[in-house]
Amino acid sequence: MPEVLSKPKTTKKQDSKSNSYDKSIWLQWFEVMYRIRKFEERTLMAYSQQKIRGFCHVYIGQEAIAAGLVTAIRKEDAVVTAYRQHGIALSRGISSRSCMAELFGKETGCVKGKGGSMHFFSAEHRFFGGNGIVGAQIPIGTGIAFAEQYKGTDLLCVTMFGDGAARQGALYESFNMAMNWKLPVIYLVENNGYAMGTSIERTSNVHELYKIGAAFDMPSKPVDAMDPVAVHESLIEAAKYCRQGSGPFFLEMNTYRYRGHSVSDPGNYRSKDELEYYKTLDPVITTESRILTENIANAMEIQSIKDKIHLEIDDAIKFAEESAYPAPEGLYEDNYVQQDYPYIKD
Amino acid sequence: MGRIIALREAIREGMCEEMRRDPNVFLMGEEVALYNGAYKVSKGMLAEFGPNRVVDTPIAELGFAGIGVGAAMNGLRPIIEFMTWNFAVLAFDQIVNNAAKTLTQSAGEFKCPIVFRGPSGSAGQLAQQHSQSFESWLANCPGLKVVSCVDPYDAKGLIKSAIIDDDPVCMMESEMLYGLEGEVPEHEYYVPIGKAAVRTEGTDVTIVSYNKMMEVCKAAVLELAKEGISAELIDLRTIRPLDIDTIVQSVKKTNRLIVVDESWPFASISSEVSYQVQKYAFDYLDAPVTRINTADTSLGYAPTFVQEFLPNPDKVIKAVKSVLYVK
Ligand SMILES: Cc1ncc(C[n+]2csc(CCOP(=O)(O)OP(=O)(O)O)c2C)c(N)n1
Ligand SMILES: [Mg+2]
Repeated sequence: MPEVLSKPKTTKKQDSKSNSYDKSIWLQWFEVMYRIRKFEERTLMAYSQQKIRGFCHVYIGQEAIAAGLVTAIRKEDAVVTAYRQHGIALSRGISSRSCMAELFGKETGCVKGKGGSMHFFSAEHRFFGGNGIVGAQIPIGTGIAFAEQYKGTDLLCVTMFGDGAARQGALYESFNMAMNWKLPVIYLVENNGYAMGTSIERTSNVHELYKIGAAFDMPSKPVDAMDPVAVHESLIEAAKYCRQGSGPFFLEMNTYRYRGHSVSDPGNYRSKDELEYYKTLDPVITTESRILTENIANAMEIQSIKDKIHLEIDDAIKFAEESAYPAPEGLYEDNYVQQDYPYIKD
Repeated sequence: MGRIIALREAIREGMCEEMRRDPNVFLMGEEVALYNGAYKVSKGMLAEFGPNRVVDTPIAELGFAGIGVGAAMNGLRPIIEFMTWNFAVLAFDQIVNNAAKTLTQSAGEFKCPIVFRGPSGSAGQLAQQHSQSFESWLANCPGLKVVSCVDPYDAKGLIKSAIIDDDPVCMMESEMLYGLEGEVPEHEYYVPIGKAAVRTEGTDVTIVSYNKMMEVCKAAVLELAKEGISAELIDLRTIRPLDIDTIVQSVKKTNRLIVVDESWPFASISSEVSYQVQKYAFDYLDAPVTRINTADTSLGYAPTFVQEFLPNPDKVIKAVKSVLYVK
């Protein structure tokens, strides 16, 4: 353990619960995580070739959260998150093609080149974005849950945000109303230790974010989010609680981002030791090795998943490259639902 | 003798000089201290002034803007940095409902000498939420002063004036042009709030602009000169109070006015300038006041949108020719 960390947020896995999960679930976790990892590596490459521009925040290191989400909630459940969203969007089922094309700013992207890296949306996949304003999606996710309660469904909204966002006032207002009205919302903070260059220790007296829930009597738990099993199990518990109408649930997913905050951040504010330590917990690598050492699946099965994903990402890049940029007149679409809106054009 | 320095350094020098002079001046915002500023404007300031005067905040714009207001009411002179003005929207309650209202509500019992600063405007392919200009939003509000400037000399002089001003001042900078270089003298100086600058003298047409659109206009003015068209270029530097006298004087000479404004067109800076010019120079106008704003839309990510959305030299040249009735 590096000195800078007062206590391990995430640790090497000792106890194995693998036997209680089917091979298919393990392989699904691996596939989701491997897809995200490869997608993001190619994203970084394309960014360095200036095919992707603007602010671009990759999900490398945090993949286990997306994996657990896939197996723990329903397809019809809503998800909303911040700008570090490529991995979540992919895991909700938005295709690699339409995500990559969006990063390239092409008309075939999931939002027709309008959003870029920070703003993916898909109504079909119940993916509500893609928000670039830190913390803004916390009340929005609460409102999405409000609508489910209002309509009388048993669906919920997973409202995701970073440790930095947890310091916005919007969180406290939302937690209070969600508790007061028992809204079906899972608040999921992705605590990767940093908000840009600011470590969580420097932003508050309270370093264990799940404790914030206590002020609202909200059920709250810390989770080792380098482990898809732990993520999955915590979400199963939270989802069950929400669906039965008991109200919101708060999960602190302890994770780590291996890259800088965005493509342009070298990440000099953290030590090499710290990074190296967390690399030993790499969820993609540790999951693969657990699958193999515990004989859940064999090397050939793993390899065939990898091969499939390599082809998929190659295809996505090719698709993005060959797609066209949106026509400039597209600026005047989708600002209003009203089709003949009288724009000022002088 | 002057030195050539970048906009970010000029703003930093202005802040540092005032902080050395007055121990009540401090800088607060996200990533301003340990990270040396998201755009390196405050680089080295933590080392010089220490953590009590260069203060990193959590991401909590409403909270720290309000803390600035309270501190200003109680005798300090805060400089509140927003990483960009897009995020300051969260703090508009404190800026508009408190900083701008303290003096009037308290009938002068309390003043609010505070500077809110950060970059405003688009900065490439950053999409809808990160590409907005806020000059017209803020300038609409009585009680606030608004300066918006990318020229290093002026930016340094204006930030110094803003810090010593007893009223709240919003300083609008530019993410894209923090590296823009210009000559700044060794000696100390202030640039007054409320005074525009004539950058190029001309006789055929007046072009009024501010912030990074000034660079677009400079390029257009050079092109126009090649075609024998003499444009007078005015940099507003301060948006509120608006230096209408300098504009009117120029229009009386050139009889034509183009406003180039990175605001959305509706209720923009160009709207206000146009109104005042038709009011005070109506008899001198030989053509309708013409403006070039950003498109009346949100800005999407794709490069084709950015190109269409923003004013550029070609659009300015076309507008100039239209008011000169030449092809
Ligand atoms: C309201 C607001 N303030 C500031 C920013 C600039 N900003 C973008 S991301 C970020 C850090 C957020 O950190 P965290 O919530 O921990 O998420 P992470 O990037 O670690 O996923 C900041 C300060 C912003 N986008 N919105
Ligand atoms: Mg974080």
